[in-house]
Order: sequence, then structure tokens, then C-alpha cells
Amino acid sequence: MTGYDGWILLTASLVGLTCGLVGSLLILRRMAMMADAISHSVLLGIVVAYLVTRELSGVHMLIGAAAAGLLTAVLVQWLHQLGVRQEASIGIVFTTLFAIGVVLIATKVGNAHLDVQHALMGEIAFIPWETVRVPGIGDIPEAVLMLLIVLAVVGGLILALYKEWKITSFDPALAAALGLPVAFMHHLFMAMVSVTAVASFDAVGAILVIAMLITPAAAAYLWTDRLSVMLLLSGLFGVASACAGYAVAWLIDTSISGSMAFATGVLFLVSSLAAPRHGVLARRLRARRAGAAPSRAQRTTGA
Amino acid sequence: MDATRQVGVADKERLDAGREPALRVTGLAAAYRRNRVLEDVTFEILPGTLTAIVGPNGAGKSTLLKTLLDLHPRLSGEVRFFGTTYRNAKRRVGYVPQRGSVDWDFPTDALDVVMMGLYGQIGWLRRPGRRHRELAMAALEKMGMGAYAKRQISELSGGQQQRVFLARALVQDADLYLLDEPLAGVDAATEQAIMELLKTLRSNGKTVMVVHHDLQTVQDCFDHVLLLNRSVIAHGPTAEVFTAEHIGRTYGGLLRGWEKVTG
Repeated sequence: MTGYDGWILLTASLVGLTCGLVGSLLILRRMAMMADAISHSVLLGIVVAYLVTRELSGVHMLIGAAAAGLLTAVLVQWLHQLGVRQEASIGIVFTTLFAIGVVLIATKVGNAHLDVQHALMGEIAFIPWETVRVPGIGDIPEAVLMLLIVLAVVGGLILALYKEWKITSFDPALAAALGLPVAFMHHLFMAMVSVTAVASFDAVGAILVIAMLITPAAAAYLWTDRLSVMLLLSGLFGVASACAGYAVAWLIDTSISGSMAFATGVLFLVSSLAAPRHGVLARRLRARRAGAAPSRAQRTTGA
Repeated sequence: MDATRQVGVADKERLDAGREPALRVTGLAAAYRRNRVLEDVTFEILPGTLTAIVGPNGAGKSTLLKTLLDLHPRLSGEVRFFGTTYRNAKRRVGYVPQRGSVDWDFPTDALDVVMMGLYGQIGWLRRPGRRHRELAMAALEKMGMGAYAKRQISELSGGQQQRVFLARALVQDADLYLLDEPLAGVDAATEQAIMELLKTLRSNGKTVMVVHHDLQTVQDCFDHVLLLNRSVIAHGPTAEVFTAEHIGRTYGGLLRGWEKVTG
């Protein structure tokens, strides 16, 4: 294996791991739709960050993305309070913010620096060429550096506030009654989703990052009854689908990001069939012995 | 049972003498959007009492609990727990939300849910330790759920889930408990276990408020009753307040046969 493939695999794995961790909490907080929203509205954050600083560097993009993610969360909540249904508010907010981003790109900075195609689909194949010099380590791809920083921040926050994430996800009313800052944690989490989305942008783009956020976590949910195990599995599934996707793309010479998202789908399908307790097969077996209640697999797939 | 009852009464008298109410609510109002659900709600809860909050659907019973705990915005009025704000008194207040308010498919077990009651005390960045696990286990055993500690919560029956919720409130070791419909949709054994628990809490000098839907059991189980329909219709000792006339006014004539209920 060449260094080039190594960097791509490392990038893909970091995307899978970070998205898998964040995605688990997204699903348990019943906010999968917010992943969709934020992955699109961060585009506006990136464009505005570029307009302000005239630079396309990692830090500015992360700050812009976090701000756009927070703006999305706040606007969705505001519309919801005005009486618009939750899903409708999400749909209104992110398409509007995304559209503003697209318009800005097309008018002001549409030349060479940013393009919609790249933002939507990503281009992992270019990543090894855009390097930065890190003192003591040498040249590493900028996307890898950014992903490492985001993984450290997001992973650190999940670990440090593990029990707070658990209680605010499971029973926000009790969490608030105990005095935990539920609204702050919600917004912090939105910021975490945003920086994860933007760090994964270069690799997989705005659309497929949704697959990386939701699908491995949904699969992990079927395999375990413990939150810690679900987080681990979800991260692992993310890495596995990223690597498998790259292998498929290399074998049949097709889109890398597309293959990675496809791999997450296959992984979920296998999980929904074979998972030990909540899978279809296990349920069939149990149902043969006794009358069975509707399973998680059914609810997760919305059947 | 009689012995504990007597201790309870003695405790109550001791606590009543010169102590401020466990909860004082004055002129409370709350709304959902433009829809006012609570208007000028005023009452006082004495320490060591067991109060049923009774009223028709949409009377604002759950909203009242949530508004007291700052979980729902208060439009006006004042709420004092043990003479201070909820913020300052929250360690002394235990809340049991409706069972249906959480996702029972969440990947966790019964013991873990009970331990959540301790998260406020454990503090930021710390992990629950062995002591917390033992406290949670003891609370589960008190609710007759010791054998289910490691059970995934979706595998528990409705009654068992409710017991887990009560164990979680117990572990908080509060002085005032607010319970939202703890007896809704539970089996007879659980109902009995919960009523025993509430009476034991009262005997230990705790104050308990329960949103309750079953008029038949009010007289047997609760020493005080608060009849609520957007505002307080009547409030006081059950024997005095739980009358046909008051119930009729609370339910606005919706209820037939309540004369029979109150004898």
C-alpha cells in the first residue's frame, strides 16, 4: 500500500469514527433529522467564514460551521415555538440557510475557491495533496489534522460528560429538575455535530456525511443494550464502512464517498437481519417460541 | 402499619409546629402558546402530608408540576419550596415524570436508570462509584425490583418500569416528592407497592404530591386533596374537601355517579 492510499484510509477511518460517536447520541436524542439540517447549513457557515477572513483554513471553517449549526438549532426551536411543526421547521431552516450559502458562492466567491459540487459530494481523492506542516511530525493532509482535532474535542466531550449526555438524552425533564443545563448541552451538542460535519466535508461531502452520522449508529443500536457499547460499536462500524467503501471504490473504480455511504447501508442491512436480540432472524426464532412484541429493528427502519 | 401511621401523625404535628410549608404557591399562571392552562393557582402544602392532585384531563395537573419545577415557563406568580426558590431547594425535591415521557428502548438497564437520580449529587466530570451503585441497588430492592437490576429497561412491564422510576426518586432522598400519574396503567401489585411506599415516605416525615386519576382511591390513600381545573377548586384535608359538590365543580358536570364515589 502506498502512502497515498494510507492517507485516504486514515481520513476515511477518522470520518467514520467521529461520525459514529456523534451519530449514536444523535439517534438516542431523536435528532436524526437535525443531522440532515446541520450538514447542509454548515455550508453557509463556511462561505461566510471565507467572506470574512478570505481564507479557507481549518480553524475558520470550524468556527463558521459551529456558528451555522447553532443558528440552525436556534432558528428551528424559534419556529417550533411559533407553532410550526418540528419537522417542518427543520425543513424550512436548513434549506433556507443552505440556499443562502449557494447564492453567496455563485455570486461573490464562486470562482475557484469554493464550489457546490465539492461541498455536496466531497472529494477524498484530493485530500493527500493538500498538506500542512506540523512541527515535529512533518507534512500531513490538512483534512487529517482537522479531523484529529475534531475527534479529540468531540471524543473528549463525550467521555468527560458521559453521564450528562446519558441523562439529558434519556430523560431531559429529570435532568433539568436535577439542575443540569439541558439547553446548554443541546446547543453544545449541535456545535459538536456541526464541527463533525464540516471536518468530514472534504472527505464525503454534505450529503453523504448524513449516512456516516446516522447509519452506523442505527446499526450499532440493534446490537447492544448498553450505551457505552453502542458508542464503541458505532465508531467501529463507521471505520469499517469507510474502509470497505474505499476497497469497493478501488475494485470497481467508482465514487469513493458513494461507496462508503453504500457500505454503511449494507452494514445496517446485515445488522437488522443478524443482530442477536433485535434483529429480524433472532426475533423470528423467538416468535416461534412465544408471541413477540414489535422489535427495535422495525421501529428503527420506520416499518 | 398502624404503628407507622402513629409515628407519621406525631412527625406531622412536630413538623407543623412553627415550620414553614414544604411548598407555597401564589398566583401561579402558565400557558401553552396562547392557551392559558393555569390561572391564579394558590395553595400551601404542609410538611408530612400526602396530597392527591385531582382534576379532569387538560386541567393542568402535569403542567402544574412542570411549572413548579421550572420545566415549563411561569407567566406570573411565586413558588417557594421550603421558603426558598426551586433553584436553591432542588436537592430537597424529587420528581417522577410520567412513565410515557421517556424512551424505554434507550440502551440502558434498570440499575443505571436509578443511578441517574444521583447525577445531581455526583457532580460534573465524575463517574458514579460503588457507593452510588449500592444506594441505587438498595432503592431498587425497596421497590421489590432487586432481581431486575441488570435487566434492559424495554424488557420490563409497565408496572416494573414505574417501580424503577420510583426507585430513582427514592435514591434522591428528597424531602418533597412530586409524582406525575405514578399509578396510571400499572398492575394491582405495583399499585399496592407504590401506595405502601408513599405512606412510608409520609411516616418518615416526607411530603408527597401525586397527580392522581382514580377518584375511587383518593379517600383511602391520601390525607389531603387538591382539586384542580385551571385553578384550585378546593384544597385541604380529604375528609373536608373531597365532597360531591367540589368534585362536581372540578369536573364541570362531566362526571356522572360521583355521588356514589364519595358516598
